[in-house]
Amino acid sequence: MLTLEALRTEIYSSQGIVTPVDGVSLHIQPGETFALVGESGSGKSVTAMSIARLLPDNGRIAGGDVKLGETGLADLSEREMRHYRGRRIGMIFQEPGTSLNAVLTVGKQIVEAIETHTALRGEAARAKAVDWLRRVGIPEPERRIDSYAFQLSGGQKQRVMIALALAAEPELLIADEPTTALDVTVQKQILDLLLDLQRERGMAILLITHDLGVVAQVADRVGIMYAGELVELASKEAFFSRPLHPYANRLLGALPDVDKRGHLLEAIAGSVPPLNQTFAGCRFAPRCHSATERCRSELPAMYEPQPAHTVRCFAYAAEQPVALQERPPAEPSAELARKARAKAPLLSVDKLRVRFPIRSGLLQRVTGYVDAVHEVSFDLYPGETLALVGESGSGKTTTGKAILQLLRGTAVVDGVARLGDVDLMHASAAELKRARRDIQIIFQDPFGSLNPRMRVGEILEEGIQALRPEIDGAGRRQRIAALLDQVGLPLAARDKYPHEFSGGQRQRIAIARALAVEPKLIVCDEPTSALDVSVQAQILNLLKDLQRELGVAYLFITHNIGVVEYLADHIAVMQSGRIVEVGASGSLLTAPNHAYTQTLLAAVPRAKLEDAVPA
Amino acid sequence: MPGPIRASGCNKAPPVKIVTLWTDWVVFFVLAALCTYIWRVARTPHLAVTWRKAFLSAPGSAAATVLAMFVAIGVIDSLHYRPLLEAAPGKEAVYAPETLSLLDHLLAAQREGKERSYSAPLAYVAFEKEAVIVNGEPRREYQRLAHAGNHLQVPEQDWAGDISRRCLVGAVLGLLLAALVVAAYLLLVSRRQQIELGLAWQRLRRGEGRYPVRTVLATVAVLCLLWGVVAQLAGGYHVFGTDRVGNDLLYVVLKSLRTALVIGTMSTLVTMPIAVGLGIMAGYLRGWVDEVIQYLYTVINSIPYVLLIAATVLILMVFIENNGDLFPTSAQRTDARLFFLCVILGMTSWTDLCRLIRGEVIKLREAEYIQAAQAFGVSTWRILSVHLLPNVMHLILISLVINFSGLVLAEAVLSYVGIGVDPSMQSFGTLINTARLELSREPAVWWTLATAFVFMFSLVLSANLFSDAIRDAFDPRAIHK
Repeated sequence: MLTLEALRTEIYSSQGIVTPVDGVSLHIQPGETFALVGESGSGKSVTAMSIARLLPDNGRIAGGDVKLGETGLADLSEREMRHYRGRRIGMIFQEPGTSLNAVLTVGKQIVEAIETHTALRGEAARAKAVDWLRRVGIPEPERRIDSYAFQLSGGQKQRVMIALALAAEPELLIADEPTTALDVTVQKQILDLLLDLQRERGMAILLITHDLGVVAQVADRVGIMYAGELVELASKEAFFSRPLHPYANRLLGALPDVDKRGHLLEAIAGSVPPLNQTFAGCRFAPRCHSATERCRSELPAMYEPQPAHTVRCFAYAAEQPVALQERPPAEPSAELARKARAKAPLLSVDKLRVRFPIRSGLLQRVTGYVDAVHEVSFDLYPGETLALVGESGSGKTTTGKAILQLLRGTAVVDGVARLGDVDLMHASAAELKRARRDIQIIFQDPFGSLNPRMRVGEILEEGIQALRPEIDGAGRRQRIAALLDQVGLPLAARDKYPHEFSGGQRQRIAIARALAVEPKLIVCDEPTSALDVSVQAQILNLLKDLQRELGVAYLFITHNIGVVEYLADHIAVMQSGRIVEVGASGSLLTAPNHAYTQTLLAAVPRAKLEDAVPA
Repeated sequence: MPGPIRASGCNKAPPVKIVTLWTDWVVFFVLAALCTYIWRVARTPHLAVTWRKAFLSAPGSAAATVLAMFVAIGVIDSLHYRPLLEAAPGKEAVYAPETLSLLDHLLAAQREGKERSYSAPLAYVAFEKEAVIVNGEPRREYQRLAHAGNHLQVPEQDWAGDISRRCLVGAVLGLLLAALVVAAYLLLVSRRQQIELGLAWQRLRRGEGRYPVRTVLATVAVLCLLWGVVAQLAGGYHVFGTDRVGNDLLYVVLKSLRTALVIGTMSTLVTMPIAVGLGIMAGYLRGWVDEVIQYLYTVINSIPYVLLIAATVLILMVFIENNGDLFPTSAQRTDARLFFLCVILGMTSWTDLCRLIRGEVIKLREAEYIQAAQAFGVSTWRILSVHLLPNVMHLILISLVINFSGLVLAEAVLSYVGIGVDPSMQSFGTLINTARLELSREPAVWWTLATAFVFMFSLVLSANLFSDAIRDAFDPRAIHK
């Protein structure tokens, strides 16, 4: 039904002509779910935008064709294209919040779509809109039809977006990361809904995602993209039972999960090459350990070693195949012979309660409180990792910040947080300053957590200067050099500005900054959720190494169950400000007691075939 | 007339006494600050990159060239001195009570070539008829001007030819100067890049290279051409005519430039520390500090600023009058009034920038790098100065250059209302104010307004174009294609 023939898209930018999509050919059958998977910068979203002809002004389709049925979309005029967009190709995007118009009711927006694309008018269109809202699972659709976007939750907004896209009854739905901004439990509901509607209406779905777990759950066929090219194309079953391309293989190896505990993850060294160049050989060759001279000097074609399973790698060429090297065995990290737990906990939190004041009136008096965290208690022992798991809004980040005393002045914090023998909650300024040497933080966003106006050296120096004033200039410089080496950055990084580094490198800088004062505990607030899988693996490996070498404890705040399974010694599950279950990770993950933990674990998409998941 | 014979002992007195007015100090300070900033930019890579971006746009660099010319005139006009009066022998050297500037010296012919009243641009006779006695009979006729067109024997015939000749010579001289500049540039480039002169010229002509050098040199050429013509004409005529008391308008308008520049820069200078300091404090510290600052600027914003300025200027005038000995020369008196006008303008116009910065800082204080600094126990002062200030600097810079032209215009409005600079001080505002009455005359005197308009327009337009280029370069939300 949808066919891409050697699609090539160019974008004119300040770096010259960038080719984010280069020679992508694929076809999608009616009623099929095709998943296009890749890391950021692989060109998967630009592919989707090229199909719908929604490229930015400086981009254009430079070659190949997009065919919907028999019509070539690339040559249509904008006027004709409008007829296809919406009516025959529906789209949903990642951010449900910004895709809906904030000043119109959702009903009005759906009715508008129905009236534009179908013969229904007035009351009939409204009735149809109510019907759509019911079908996408919005409770009380008759009442909800008059709500505004801000009155709905993130999941509900995405449901409305789906209703809006489907109201025109398209043959093809392009879903660009439809669940990335949602919590896992909501993600599962939305994916189930999409599959139900597809079965009912027989439409095709082009699912664009970076999450191999989602792919394993919903896709029929899979296309892996790397640096603008399709590198592997297979049915879901064939792909997950035996991925052929070295990149796909290593991507699966980089996913953290419970089976890889105690091993280092398969990090893919290096990064995606810039796309403003002409390639002479395989684009993955610089990062591939099987690469030979042929890989570097000759362009690989799509080979078909198995029926309906094609791959762009010389290992599967008919003549002179390149031998795939066995990957160096994932070295078992010298897993600490679990030494007996220290007697005293490093951090002991007791009945922590955080309330944010609500101010109102002319004089901004406090008229009430919003409770963000209720009576949270846990202990963290030296050298261990405690994962604080929960969905958005569960209060896990607030807990972390409250312990670090970053909420002084903005929220009312009760309870006790004892670090060693200091009670952080009631510590004086001087005591707190001393305690800060022992407790540090790493943030989620590697682009927001480093001051863009300071050199890396200055960033690292600042903490040492503030908390270890006894170290002199020469000592600090020595320490900075050691830190950069520890996190695997070259010494030259010292004189550069943060924007000169990639996301993973910036996160390394943030880790080095936290380590600068030799803390005993680091609060890691979603340190890998803004990173690609292969980079996430590098950072997780680094964190694990540092724990082994330095014996630092982590309070690991995350929503990613895979990371928790891989890294945590103990787990605390949070829901709406309360800890609902705490336990050692092994027992908690295999036999969860609380109903919420069970739902959460069941909702996590696994990058494995369904039947392979142990019951 | 025999000059007094000077006693040799008196020769020790320097020929001029350097006078530095308050606003001169400000001008020098701003220049020094500018040089320091340029030096800093050159050694800070990210600043250097963004500044280079500002000069990549052709209109921006052309505007900067024009602006640089105006600034140069303003600076020349800020070097003040009192000339030595020829004193009687044996007496102490006495300096003239009048404070002159280097520009006054350069334009001595224009300054001293006063007519009796109005004359049209390039005219050789006065604008109005005057009663004279010719052959014993009183007659009203147009009088020849004292300092314009004297060299014309038969003005009715020679005038047009003389003007065209002067225009032509001026244009040729101007273009020669421009050619010299271009040649110097080409020589420099061929030296630097080790290429032939011809190639350098080819590259320049095709506009190759990152920077719009061609545009800048073309602007320079146009300016040279215009000034060449003006200079040639000014040798024999009043290029822009004269005003009611016979002052050459070219001189007046060039003197007005300094007033405008001083008001623009100095008021911004007063505005900046208040706006930035209070804005960052309100945004970061929040709580009662924020509330006090918010109330403060809301109150100031709700007072009509003309009223506030009128009140302060009146108080100031009384003060100057009562303390005559503090201001020995009239230049110092008018200068003090200008100085305080700038201070007052600055004190009343900080609210917008303050509100802008407060909003930005409220956003920034939630940034993770600020929280990381807090987690390190970094002092509040250091967070304000090291983490927040550099990150709102682009806002400050953008609003600084945009404000500049606004303040120049504000001076015009205030002087028009009569509460601006001293009436004896040349400024665009006073020029426009006098033009109001002149336009209602019959026949109208149009050249005062026209001259003031052309100069103020080019100054404000070039400042605005330049600020647009800076905003595009510094605004993170601007799209760089």
